[in-house]
Amino acid sequence: MVEVTHLTKCYGDIKAVDDISFTVESGEILGFLGPNGAGKSTTMNMITGYLSSTSGTVTIDGHEILEEPKLAKSKIGYLPEIPPLYIDMTVRKYLEFMFDLKKVRLPKDEHIKEVMKLVRIEQQSERVIKHLSKGYRQRVGFAQALLGNPPVIILDEPTVGLDPNQIIEIRNLIKSLGKKHTVIFSSHVLSEVSATCDRVIVISNGKIIADAKTSELSVVSSGKQKLSLIVEGTPSTVTDAISKIPAVIKVSKGQDMGENSAKYMVEYQTDTDIRREVFYAMARNNCAILEMQSGNETLEDAFLRITNADQTKNKKKVRGVN
Amino acid sequence: MGAILKRELSAYFNSAIAYVAMTVIFLVSGFLFAFNCFLSNNASLSAVFGYTIYIIVFIIPIITMKSFAEERRQKSDQALLTAPVSLTSIVMGKFLAAFILYVICCSIFIVYAIVISFFTAPDWSVTLCTWLGLILFGGALIAVDIFFSVLTESTIIAAILGIAFGGLISFSSMINYAVSNVISIDFVTQLCEKLNFTSYYSDFTYGILNISDVLFFVSVAGLFIFFTVRVLEKRRWS
Repeated sequence: MVEVTHLTKCYGDIKAVDDISFTVESGEILGFLGPNGAGKSTTMNMITGYLSSTSGTVTIDGHEILEEPKLAKSKIGYLPEIPPLYIDMTVRKYLEFMFDLKKVRLPKDEHIKEVMKLVRIEQQSERVIKHLSKGYRQRVGFAQALLGNPPVIILDEPTVGLDPNQIIEIRNLIKSLGKKHTVIFSSHVLSEVSATCDRVIVISNGKIIADAKTSELSVVSSGKQKLSLIVEGTPSTVTDAISKIPAVIKVSKGQDMGENSAKYMVEYQTDTDIRREVFYAMARNNCAILEMQSGNETLEDAFLRITNADQTKNKKKVRGVN
Repeated sequence: MGAILKRELSAYFNSAIAYVAMTVIFLVSGFLFAFNCFLSNNASLSAVFGYTIYIIVFIIPIITMKSFAEERRQKSDQALLTAPVSLTSIVMGKFLAAFILYVICCSIFIVYAIVISFFTAPDWSVTLCTWLGLILFGGALIAVDIFFSVLTESTIIAAILGIAFGGLISFSSMINYAVSNVISIDFVTQLCEKLNFTSYYSDFTYGILNISDVLFFVSVAGLFIFFTVRVLEKRRWS
């Protein structure tokens, strides 16, 4: 549905987006994750044809955005970071204008009513946009993106500025849209991405540094699982006993917790569960387990680790050049 | 284009801009009409047309200043540029909206001619020819001022550029005179002559429909609409 190949955007010497390629299938919800200034908005602006790429192509449903802009753009509904509103118009007038601008061929009044109902702004339809709060403005922007039921919906940080209830509503809306449409949305809120997306692309410094199913991201990126323990007993006995378990990759002793007990970190292979074996191994050695915690990375950890690693790598590169 | 034209026109009439523009032009031309025609028993509208030009060059930048500058500041241009419409039709929509408002403003001159026709037969050919000249003059200026609006994010700067340009073209003969008194350079003199929009307009006021004058205004309008499209296009690439 959406095919991005070797997309690059340079501003002078700075590469805002650096050779990005990915494909989004129809009916997929793709989360675009990255720290501020990573190139999320630039990428989205290029996909929607607001900016031109320095090199690389974007194809929407078989239409190249720069070759056949009208056809490609007619298949996209876009909500930019700042909703593109005419603040001196009423909500209804604005949506009517966007309906005409997008040359939508659907019964006008019904369709607009339907969309307003979907994002819950029917009550505000006769109000002038400049008098609306940020949350409502965001929804009007959302409504505008949905006009004409475009097969591809692109949302740039759609939940910024909304209150928690509204955020949940919008998330549910995105989920329900994902059944019929292809949705790409960016965010720097991780829980949001993990709650709504099928797939996540993590982008940092203009490069894709991870592209995986949401459920796999934390594991895929590290290739191992973790267990954190507090055990009472001689440290050497404990580490020896644990490292004898076949799936264990590495055991390391953390800080002492007093009274002959200490913290241990165990790294082990994915697709295995060593908690029982650890329990029996400790029991055989008369070491009491005081605490056992699955130390698997959350999406949050994964994100921090990936982006930080990328940044330090870049710093080293820069130093190397100098 | 239709949607943009409709929106721009309704934006003009929902804000004060359309009414301010109309009031100023009606008021100034009304005074001129009263003094030059009624009080001096004169059936010729040429003075009314002639002096109103100096107001129009300052009113048009006020009409056009928002067209692109405000869109960019509010980021609403993203809606236009990601919609399935060509850049040319975006610019043409905005141009036509300003042009229609301008024609509405200038319709008052036809009313003056009709008023005169109650007392004596006005010289319709001269009046209509001058009116056509006024419309073409305005069209060219609107295209130039829309071009200024696309260059900046600030409506104030767009308006100042437009007003400065208006001053330059309407007083270029004076500037030329002042400059040539101090220093005489052929190039400057010629440039001032060519820039003098009012000299192209003056033929119309005599009732002469000169094709080269018509072409001058039409091509200035076409050229600056083209420039505006190019600036929008260039912005995407930079």
